[in-house]
Order: sequence, then C-alpha cells, then structure tokens
Amino acid sequence: MNELIEKMIAPVFANPALLKAHDGSVVNVQSKKIAMTTDSYVIHPLFFPGGDIGSLAVHGTVNDLAMCGAKPLYMSVGFILEEGLPMETLWQVIRSIKEAAQKSGIQIVTGDTKVVDKGKADGIFINTTGVGAVEHKLDISPQSVKKGDAIILSGDIGRHGIAIMAVREGLEFETKIESDSAPLWNPIKDLLKKNIRIHCLRDLTRGGLASALVEISKKANVAIQIDERAIPVREDVKGACEILGFDPLYVANEGRFICFVDGKEKDAVLKILGKSASLIGTVMDSKTSKVTLKSFIGTTRIVDMLSGDQLPRIC
Amino acid sequence: MKYLDEYRDQNAAQKMASAIASITTKDWTIMEICGGQTHAIVKFGIDELLPKQIHLVHGPGCPVCVTPLEAIDKALAIASLKDVIFCSFGDMVRVPGSRGDLLSVKAEGGDVRIVYSPMDALSLAKENKNKKVVFFAVGFETTAPANAMAVYKAKEDGITNFFVLVSHVLVPPAMEAILSSETNKIQGFLAAGHVCTVMGTKDYEPLAKKYKVPIVATGFEPLDILKGLYMVIKQLQEGRFEVENEYARLVKREGNVPAKDIVRQVFEVVPRKWRGIGEIPQSGLSLREKYANFDAEKIFQLQDIKTEEPPECISGLVLQGLKRPNECSQFGRKCTPEHPLGAPMVSSEGACSAYYRYKTL
Repeated sequence: MNELIEKMIAPVFANPALLKAHDGSVVNVQSKKIAMTTDSYVIHPLFFPGGDIGSLAVHGTVNDLAMCGAKPLYMSVGFILEEGLPMETLWQVIRSIKEAAQKSGIQIVTGDTKVVDKGKADGIFINTTGVGAVEHKLDISPQSVKKGDAIILSGDIGRHGIAIMAVREGLEFETKIESDSAPLWNPIKDLLKKNIRIHCLRDLTRGGLASALVEISKKANVAIQIDERAIPVREDVKGACEILGFDPLYVANEGRFICFVDGKEKDAVLKILGKSASLIGTVMDSKTSKVTLKSFIGTTRIVDMLSGDQLPRIC
Repeated sequence: MKYLDEYRDQNAAQKMASAIASITTKDWTIMEICGGQTHAIVKFGIDELLPKQIHLVHGPGCPVCVTPLEAIDKALAIASLKDVIFCSFGDMVRVPGSRGDLLSVKAEGGDVRIVYSPMDALSLAKENKNKKVVFFAVGFETTAPANAMAVYKAKEDGITNFFVLVSHVLVPPAMEAILSSETNKIQGFLAAGHVCTVMGTKDYEPLAKKYKVPIVATGFEPLDILKGLYMVIKQLQEGRFEVENEYARLVKREGNVPAKDIVRQVFEVVPRKWRGIGEIPQSGLSLREKYANFDAEKIFQLQDIKTEEPPECISGLVLQGLKRPNECSQFGRKCTPEHPLGAPMVSSEGACSAYYRYKTL
C-alpha cells in the first residue's frame, strides 16, 4: 500500500503538503469563513464519454463548494480499490484527477487508499472532502429564496445521464453524447465579483433539474413556476430521452447549476453567464411549497420528486 | 425536432381545442386505450383544454398493469433460482407480486437484468451457456413481433438455454369485453397508436360496426391526441361509427405484415387472465407447440405459488375506466410510487402513476 501511494499517487499529485507524507496536512486558509463538503463516487462505468470517476470526483467536490459561494482550496481523496483492478485503470483515474484538479484550481493535500477483496467494490470507489474559502457576506441557501426571485439555469440539461446510460446499456446513438461534467467555480466567481446578491445556488446532479427545484421549494417553503419552453435540451439528448421514455427534467447532470436572484438582477446574471444560460422560472406568491410547470402547449402541471430511477419504457 | 416540435406547438394545440369546442354539442364519454396516451393526456393537461361535455376515461392499455399476479409471482420464483439470469423490460422490475418484486429478488442475490430488447436476452444466453436465460415477454401486440423473432432466432441458431415467460395480451378482445359489459358507458375510442403500427386498423372494423362506436388510431403527442379526439367527437356528433387513422405517419390499415407473420408463426391465441379484470377469451398469446422448448412455463415446473392481491387495490376498476385513480381510498396514502399496492402506480403507463406525478392533489 505504501508503495502504491509513494510511487504512484503522491508523485502525480505532487503537492508540498501531500509530499510530507504525514497523517494529516496542515494548510493555510486566509478567509474567516470556510465551506466544507464531502461526497462519495461509485459510478459505473468508470470511464464514459466526457469524463471518468476521477474527474467526476474533483468536479463534484469543487461544485458543492461553489454552490456555497466558496472558492475551492483543498481536497482529500480516499480510494477504495477492488482487488485485481488493473494498474493501468488506476493510473488513468489518478492522472484524470490531477488534470481536473489543476483546471479547477483545487489542491489535493491528503488522501487514503484501501484495497478490498474481489467483488466487494465496483472497481474503484472514491470519497472526497473539500474545503473552500467564503469571501462574501451573503447567506446563499434555500432560506434566502424570496417571492419574485428569478431562477436562472446555466446551460442545457440531460447530457450526463444519457451519456452514462448509453455506455452502461450498450446503446449506440447516431451522435455521441458526452457528459457535461465540469467545474462551476468560475461562473460563480464572476457573479460574486459583479456583486450579484445571490440568494441560492444548486448544482444539478442525480435527479436532475426537477429534483433540485422540488428540494429547494420544500426547504424554502415557496412555490416555484417554471416554463418548459425556456429549458434548453440539446436535440440529440431530446431524441435519446424520447426513445427511452425519459423526462429530461429528471436526467442527471454534472456541470449545470440553477441560481436564484432578485428579479431585478436577472438581466445582469444572464449577461454574466452568457448565451448558454436561460431564465426558466420565478418564485411565486403562495403559502404552499410546490413546483409547477407551464408546458409546451400552455397548460400547467405539478412537478414532483421521482420515486427511484427512471426506467426505460416498454412500448 | 421533427414530429416533436410541431406536435407540441401551443398555437396549434389551442386551435385544435377550439375546433373541438366548436363541434361539441352533447356529452360524450371517450376512452383512450393506451397507457402512454393516458400519461400524455395527464402530463400535458389535455383534459383541461377540452369542453366539459367531453369525459375522458382511461383504458386498460398498460401492459405492465394487466400482467396477471400469477405471472409476476412465477417471474419472481424463476428469478430466484441460482442458475438463472432473468431479463425484463425496465418497468416490470418494480411491479409488486404477492411477496416483493424483481428488484427485491435482485437485492437478495438473484441475477435480474434490465434489457431493452429480447434480442439482448438471447445474446446473454449465447454468452452464458452454463446459465438459463429467461426473458419476461409481456406486452400488447407492440412487443410481440420482437419477442417472436427472439424465439425464432433461438430455434434457428440451436440455442437451448434461452426461454421466454410469456404474458402477452391483445387489445381488441379487451375492447369487446368493455363494450359488452352491462356497465359500459364508453361511446368512442382512441385506439393505441403503437399497437396499430403492428396490427393495423382492420381488426377494429367489426367492433366499430357491431357496437356502433367510432374508433380512431391515435398517436401520443398532444396534437395527436387532440386531433384523435376531434375525429371521434365529429363522428359521434354526426352519428357515424367508423375506424379512422389519425396516426397515419406510422399506421397503415394492414399494419406491418412481416411483423404480423412472425407473430403468427411463433404464437397462438389463447384465453388470458388480465390483472384486476379476470379472464378474457382469446385475448392472449402463447408459444406454439413447435416452440415448447423455449416456454419457461413448461420448463420450470413451478408449483405451490399462492397469489395474494392487496385487498384495498382497485386497479381492476381503474383499468376498465370505472373509477379514476384519485377515487381510490388508498391513492396517495397507503399507495404511492415508493410503496405501490398495485401495478398502475408503478408503471410509466399506469393511470395511477400518471395522476400521482402530474395532477394536483
């Protein structure tokens, strides 16, 4: 195990704190407030169009910090490796983590590695903890969401879930759909730099846009209305969803977020985030928490949490 | 996107809704057969666009919902066996049997796999010669051709470890059962679009004539359903009872002839029990004697399977259009998608799941 860390992992991450090879790492944090997050990554397949479990682990950690308005600083990486995992596979994942961390501006300062018997893990499981600096004075949380808030979506939805489904199930579509896995600190940094008074942020992961909206509406106890026509879905993702009977609203993403701001700031936010962003809805004046959607044909329906995973339809 | 954007256009939908309102002068009760149509109606709020005189009733066209409990329990028993790989379409894995579902069998160590085609299951059989691969062949006429082809190919290729557990059902006998019932109030039908792409519309002509009901083969987009309803209501208003085709971009009167041929070659028509409804004569498909070696019912000698329906589940009444899901005492209480009492709350084509997902409670 020590050899694995000394010869393979530590040199690749090449961080001064890591290279001290102590039980823990002591690092500097200058801001008075920090944000902290933890997550585990168990995705299968390990490699998919647009990413792999390694880059996913970095982006997921960076994005959870970004959703607090925190500049990503440091993270830990804990591996659980299944006995018999090819070294080449591990090597690819480690290099992918390094590349993603470098691009995201986060440092890997501590970690752990365990090996379990064959059959006790799905190749690789990764656990991370991330720490970020909070340099603003906003309370970015569902509790800050208010009636009249504009809801802005950072880009088109559904790519990650369909990309994974295609590889997992051996489905071949005419165009290759890649995951949208990406770090999200830069757009959040831009919003904070321009003094946008962000009320709430949420990155869209498993459960998709719909689940994120329902969770926020429940925690904030507000009613949200969104417009189906304003939600961008790429043509190839739309086509794949139609074939499988999936609703893009519930398909996983790994590089998209929603932002709640005062209605007066929506144009400024759209300008900062660029053409890919869209205004998708508003927080309504209501005493009950619910999410409603105005459909393509102008009727309104409820959007609720899905029970379990979406299952491909029969006919 | 072609066939999506234009069939979900708001202006066109509003125009069609106005056209329906302009020709409707009486109350009419219309049933959409297919569960996919039910979901589209509820998801897009099409019922909200219609005049109050039009009463939509949801039909039994959800293959998952009508698969008899005995078939589910047999599937669970087979899937629990050590040397079996049990393959199923996605929807079926969460349908509750008397004790648990296929997902719980998987959690307890059974090899249960979701496949997208019976040919995937056949490939698994070729790759796993030391296992018995069983495919849960459920569905209406829509899925029968692919299932027939899988069995046909298995025989042609000499595969001896591939089996199908068949529970196919046919639409016209179910429509006849509904129409001949004393409590029937249905005056017109939207026929299931994808069933019609396989079978065509000819088989509905005797029904339309005998029971004097208009039947329109209809698609699944909002504009399809609105147009199909317009065509049914126009016939009702004019006192006609013909078979028409709204889904002409996919449906022909004679259907898909090669698909029908392979179905006829591999399957024969038999009586079939429909969950919640009971046995309907000549309403199911079973493997012909020539393909008996692939019939999981015959190969796996399953005895002592005791079926138990939850007493509070009224899925049979919902499937026949006699009750709406929200008229069930357990809807949203004891029966939810997380803890379904019956199949219509599980399936993506079930009326109960459509109401739970899209309707305000």
